[in-house]
Amino acid sequence: MQQFESRPQTILLPVKPAFIVFTLIAALLTNLLPWSGWLLAIKPDFVALVTLYWWIQQPRRVGFTAAMLLGLAMDVADGSLFGQHALAYSMLAFAGIVLHRRVLGFTMKDQILHVIPLLLANDIIVLVIRKSAGADFPGVTYFIGSCLAGALWPSLCYLLRLPQIPKPDPDHV
Amino acid sequence: MEYTPPPLFNRGPTPLVRLVLCSLLSIGLLVADARFQYLDNIREAVAIVVYPLQRLAGTPAAIFDRIGDFFVTQARLRNDNNRLAEQNLQNAAKLRLFEALSAENAHLRELLAARERIPATTTAAEVLYGGRDPFTRRVIVDKGQQSDIKPGQPVIDEIGVVGQVTRVYPWLSEVTLITDKEQVVPVQNLRNGLRAVLAGTGNDGELELKFIPLNADFQNGDQLVTSGIDGVYPPGLPVAAVSNVERNAAYLFARIACKPLAGVASHTQVLIVNWENKAPERPTPPEKSGAPKKRRGA
Repeated sequence: MQQFESRPQTILLPVKPAFIVFTLIAALLTNLLPWSGWLLAIKPDFVALVTLYWWIQQPRRVGFTAAMLLGLAMDVADGSLFGQHALAYSMLAFAGIVLHRRVLGFTMKDQILHVIPLLLANDIIVLVIRKSAGADFPGVTYFIGSCLAGALWPSLCYLLRLPQIPKPDPDHV
Repeated sequence: MEYTPPPLFNRGPTPLVRLVLCSLLSIGLLVADARFQYLDNIREAVAIVVYPLQRLAGTPAAIFDRIGDFFVTQARLRNDNNRLAEQNLQNAAKLRLFEALSAENAHLRELLAARERIPATTTAAEVLYGGRDPFTRRVIVDKGQQSDIKPGQPVIDEIGVVGQVTRVYPWLSEVTLITDKEQVVPVQNLRNGLRAVLAGTGNDGELELKFIPLNADFQNGDQLVTSGIDGVYPPGLPVAAVSNVERNAAYLFARIACKPLAGVASHTQVLIVNWENKAPERPTPPEKSGAPKKRRGA
């Protein structure tokens, strides 16, 4: 079986904290773009996706603090209930950190099958909070974003790993 | 002897402990926000931090719009110009009539010793983006506390009512659209003056008149304007038109569906109305009946 994980025998460079912060802010910015219409309806939650990547890859560096801060920022930007994203992201952080060894052992295809349920669980937490606060279920399209996010997972992994791949050494024979 | 574990393997609290802490904190925030509305200050502080990011995220679209504006063809500009000049002429005629009528109206009101109507001032604002929360119908506009916007002010466009300001940040404010499930507008039927309550359904382009008896005189096409008795919306602003009336004797009330007149889902420029209804003070309730009871209780 061709495994994405085991194929490169190169040892990855340590990730720079500044790069993590940069990607998290970029994810937040992507979420804050003026989405509208059907694009808004199917938009994946990029913050959840990117932080999930870091929780799985670097659970010692990115943790619950990031979950809370990004969650509160999303709540204010969306004008939703204060704390709903914070709670959902904390749960997602827990799942990502606890499962990180397991997820990394799988092929990319099987990783997607881990990521989609985690993101759907994230959606369901938000849904339960809003339902208990008196909102209506917005329809099944609500879940499309998370399924799309799963499809984006391989390309996201590739992109976020690029800075860690060492440059070929010219002196190497 | 003191013994401390080497810092080598010290990882702090386990993820479960951290999760419980974070969850408790979030749930505390949720309850404080949803039940007691205590958190406006914290929300404002976070909003100030997030604001530059929001503007930054909106920049590409704004630049794109500007580039689009730059390449407008001359023919279209001339067409627009002609159309607007014609419209201006028509409006000018109406305005003359309106001025004469309002002078007459003021005079008549004076004769009747009726209270004067308060003129409303408006602030133009631009819609930055639609709310991303799928559970509500909201838009974010680019005027806030700095422009003296207050929560509760009605928001209109050139046709009619769009919504109401519900939350104000230093430079932004949130407008809840009239299509939001929890947004209610007191209206009046223009044809016969019947008062009613117009509520959103949570779907774009769909409103509903609530608690209308089966035999009430509402017909398709009836125009609904704000009644002004709430003291929030100035009277006479167009809101919606009745699109479907369903009278089923099995239900207590008629089901009356309406369509909003203003481009609730599509506008980019809106006006925030600054209108304070100086209603006469509420009469003080007679204290005689209440006072002895208190004494007896104590």
